[in-house]
Amino acid sequence: MMQNLPWLFLVLPLVAAAADWLLLARRPRMAAGVSITSVLATLVLCIACMCGLQTGTPADYTWFPVQGIDLSLGLLIDALSIKMMLVVTGIGALVHIFSLGYMKGDPSNHSRYFAGLSIFMFSMSCIVLANSLVLTFIGWEMVGFSSYLLIGHWYHKETAADAAKKAFITNRVGDFGFLIGIMLTLGLFGSLHYADMAGHMKVAAGSPVLTAAILFLFCGAVGKSAQFPLHVWLPDAMEGPTPVSALIHAATMVAAGVYMLVRLQVSMGLYAFTDTACSVIAAIGAITAVLSALMAAQQDDIKRVLAYSTLSQLGYMIMAVGLLAGEAAMFHLYTHAWFKALLFLAAGAIIVCCHHEQNIWKMGGLRQKMPLTVLCFLAGTCALVAVPGFSGFFSKESILEAAWGRSLPLFIVGIVVAAFTTFYMVRLCLVAFGGRARTRDAEQAHEAGPSMLVPLFILAAMAIISGYGFVADRLVPFADFHAESTEWNVTFFAGLGSLIVGGGLAWFMYAKSAADSAQSDPFGSHIISRILRRRLYIDSFYDHLLIGGVQRWFTCLVSCIDDGVIRRLVGHGLALLTAWTGRLLSRIQGGSLRGYTVVASLGVFLLILLLIILF
Amino acid sequence: MTPLSHYLIFSALLFSIGLGGAIMRRNVLVVLMCLELMLTGANVALVAFSRAQGLEGIPVYDAQVLALFVMAIAAAEVAVGLSLIVAMFRARRGVESTSLTSLKD
Repeated sequence: MMQNLPWLFLVLPLVAAAADWLLLARRPRMAAGVSITSVLATLVLCIACMCGLQTGTPADYTWFPVQGIDLSLGLLIDALSIKMMLVVTGIGALVHIFSLGYMKGDPSNHSRYFAGLSIFMFSMSCIVLANSLVLTFIGWEMVGFSSYLLIGHWYHKETAADAAKKAFITNRVGDFGFLIGIMLTLGLFGSLHYADMAGHMKVAAGSPVLTAAILFLFCGAVGKSAQFPLHVWLPDAMEGPTPVSALIHAATMVAAGVYMLVRLQVSMGLYAFTDTACSVIAAIGAITAVLSALMAAQQDDIKRVLAYSTLSQLGYMIMAVGLLAGEAAMFHLYTHAWFKALLFLAAGAIIVCCHHEQNIWKMGGLRQKMPLTVLCFLAGTCALVAVPGFSGFFSKESILEAAWGRSLPLFIVGIVVAAFTTFYMVRLCLVAFGGRARTRDAEQAHEAGPSMLVPLFILAAMAIISGYGFVADRLVPFADFHAESTEWNVTFFAGLGSLIVGGGLAWFMYAKSAADSAQSDPFGSHIISRILRRRLYIDSFYDHLLIGGVQRWFTCLVSCIDDGVIRRLVGHGLALLTAWTGRLLSRIQGGSLRGYTVVASLGVFLLILLLIILF
Repeated sequence: MTPLSHYLIFSALLFSIGLGGAIMRRNVLVVLMCLELMLTGANVALVAFSRAQGLEGIPVYDAQVLALFVMAIAAAEVAVGLSLIVAMFRARRGVESTSLTSLKD
């Protein structure tokens, strides 16, 4: 009994989701209560496990027996998974509580919303606790599904419905590669269980098949963690409610790709990650980091700035994975989860208090209206831009450290991205919080309620302290993690330099317009700004190539078949044939008794003739 | 002894007359009578064959039994047929087969 306790991580949210959906659809308060209870219970269980509650190995569940392949589903409880669960359930619990305040007064169905959150908690726990790629993949698809539900929560808004579809379909592309990768892994290692992978590789290290397998698995991470070229769905996913963006599209789900890759590195062994695969992974991460930091620099929507910033931080983590620094990747994942959830929730509080205004050029002066929220947001900002002493600083430095040791270009990319990060965050803070209120909505802004402020305080505390050794050593999801003390070396000064350059540039460019309460970006009409605002034309490129090109041709082909073959030939043709035959046959039903008799007797004569001829 | 062919020719004649009448006459009553004629023709053939197939003056009785069956069934058929004709006459004041086109129209 005791050994099966970890299954509660999966069962509780699932039961909560089912109850919300099926029984409590008309009782939103109770549904919220059930969801929050379930997430708090999992959080308590998780803390208990971390404090040394020994549960033993949970029993496997045999999904369906296949000759020679073990497809059982089971849980893997180790330092990596259980500490990751703390991040998931911890932020999950705070987001659930924050949602109470955020969704108050929203006319949509709250039961549906909380059911979506619970089903997300279930699927995310599947990914984190899975002991084999099978369960990981199931969770992988389930988080995609719950993300679809939650992005499209306000489905009556066309943009939200479109964004939900875009997220789901883009993820499918990556998941297809992931599935191929899983098949290849099964072939190469003979098992999908993480515990059975090490040392069972059937090919030589560095073989092309292995590279292919790793890169196909990486495809899954590219989709889920929104890396270039599949990054387009994440900014659009901001159409969902802000707590959802904080939980799913900043802290946990999008980090699942990083988690999965690190899990594979740990279980397969680092030598399974061939040089080619690593270079590709690191390059994709670096490209994503640079491109999205650039795009973030000219966004006006507060959530979109944060979304692009998430992309760019995920790029950092993927880059660290490519540099075989799984430890640094998980460290950054963990600090990023706290401070980015903080930033999103604070942004959510600001959005609610500004009557759902998301454009930073219509805010302004918020530092007087809602000082506590703004203070929390600034704490998150400091962590994100890696101000020394805040959590992001430690984790970012460990990634830069890893890059410094292995590849100079990647190190430079990391520094440049750090400078851009500072630039867009300082710009955001200056414009949104500085100066005077630009609109009536911002004028009437007021401090958020306690159900929103308390989670913000907790997250702000984590954003500040989670990077220090005494916290990080205990909580970072990596076995035997040890935070290194800060040294006065190249990475430290490079990071500090990027901070000063980026911040200084932003101050130089935007301090005046913030103080003057300009109504829009003074550089908005500049050519570079226009290119960045159009998201470097990547989305338009996809629109033209895939939707305008491939899909239109395909639509033509399908409609030709539909119209020509199905409608004309099968539909009309069959109708005509039937009518024609019917008219022909109706002639012989003339209604004349004589005719019938003649035909019948002729038939008899023919039969007799046939008999005579044949026999 | 009369050869078999004579009987068969006679039976064929009866049958043909019956068939011709059934096709050509319009009065349903006459058509019914012509049907009886055709059955009789068939019976004649049956009995003739039964005699011809018999050994040493003893006919094959199977065919004769069949002929009796045919007569019995013909009688039953006439009973049904006549009552139908009566019903038809009551309904439409005539027994012309060409007037039976209400389903077609």
